[in-house]
Amino acid sequence: MRSNATESSILSARITYASRNLWSGFLAGIGFIAFVDEVVFHQLLHWHHFYDKSSSAVGLVSDGLFHALNWFATVAGMFMVSDLRRRNAMWPKRWRGGTLLGVGGFQLYDGTIQHKWMRIHQIRYVDNVFVYDVVWNVSAAVILIIGIMLIVQTGRLAKRETERDG
Amino acid sequence: MNMTGHHAGHAAGGHHDAGTGTLHDALFILLFLVLIGLYTVAANASKRRFNRWPAMRTICWILGVLAAAAALTGPLAARAHDDFVYHMLAHLLLGMLSPLLIACSAPVTLLLRSLTISWARRLSGWLKSRPMRLLSHPVTASLLNVGGLWVLYYSGLYSAMQHHPVLHVLVHAHMFVAGYINAAALLCMDPSPHRTGYGFRAGILVLSLAGHGILAKVLYAYPPGGVPIAQAESGAQLMYYGGDAVDLILIFLFCLQWYKSARPGKRHKTASSPAIS
Repeated sequence: MRSNATESSILSARITYASRNLWSGFLAGIGFIAFVDEVVFHQLLHWHHFYDKSSSAVGLVSDGLFHALNWFATVAGMFMVSDLRRRNAMWPKRWRGGTLLGVGGFQLYDGTIQHKWMRIHQIRYVDNVFVYDVVWNVSAAVILIIGIMLIVQTGRLAKRETERDG
Repeated sequence: MNMTGHHAGHAAGGHHDAGTGTLHDALFILLFLVLIGLYTVAANASKRRFNRWPAMRTICWILGVLAAAAALTGPLAARAHDDFVYHMLAHLLLGMLSPLLIACSAPVTLLLRSLTISWARRLSGWLKSRPMRLLSHPVTASLLNVGGLWVLYYSGLYSAMQHHPVLHVLVHAHMFVAGYINAAALLCMDPSPHRTGYGFRAGILVLSLAGHGILAKVLYAYPPGGVPIAQAESGAQLMYYGGDAVDLILIFLFCLQWYKSARPGKRHKTASSPAIS
């Protein structure tokens, strides 16, 4: 069993690095879902295309920026996890909130702005793509909302603890 | 690439005859052997005069020279002349992988250790000068690197270079040098008097990766003049995914440096904190 003193020092480390927990989870989340998108939808299923002739110029730019950010985020998110662990400041609940925010936010941006408005590519090249769009975006919104709830809960806890201490 | 000037009569402007091709390869291989030899000798001498020289750096130098050699000699160099896919493979090796490995081998540190004190002072003074400061700034470095590629493919330079050996040499030299300045500016393995913060460099790194990826997709969609569509499509995908593979190493080393410098209890950032040691 851990003593109260250790527990309170872990909690205070978590609170000190609350935003790094959130960022680390967020980066790992968008990195992870981008990886799933590339492996499952592009390479295994071949539903998504490398380039779709209806892509606009702004679509190509957005796609390139998004891809580069995700590639960087995958690695940076993991290094930040190592950093939090060596400081005993890893806060799993807040980290998961960040991850779900990243996953949901990525899917929702990809599913609405990139697929529909910029027309980078569709989810799948079939007649009833509407069904795919609804499933994709509703699931993204649900994940996003759960992520925000976890972040708000842990944020409130951090605020309470900070106020109590001083 | 062919510097002997005998091939002006070739109709396609890209084929070496066996004799000049072999001579060209032999000269390059000699140059690469000299480069490996110089570094190894300097590293050994440095070990005696100073504390130690990490073996990993010597390995990086040798691999970096070999990556450049693979791009500039033999079958790859010959085919890169008239096949865009091989040209792109040469770009990945000469413009990305080789400069990254060379930057990791900390050549400036080794040079400073090998020179006499007065020459080393002169060199470090020159490295601190304003023009060098501008050139080695991450923004300038990544503009030279990725911007140079956009210019290469969409200004007619790419097709001109196939017919003019001097242009060919200059373009490839630029590819390597810009790649090196970019990797060195982002990673700062050597003493970097003007180093910028991690957040800023991370932003520039992401933007320059994006510039490379966007160019790959644009090449896929709008092949540059003189490149057949099938070659442009395969070459563009090789550039996109191959670029990601090399950039993954760059990102990993960059994050590792941040991880080391953000160590708890560490107060001061040292002037030189190599990730590879």
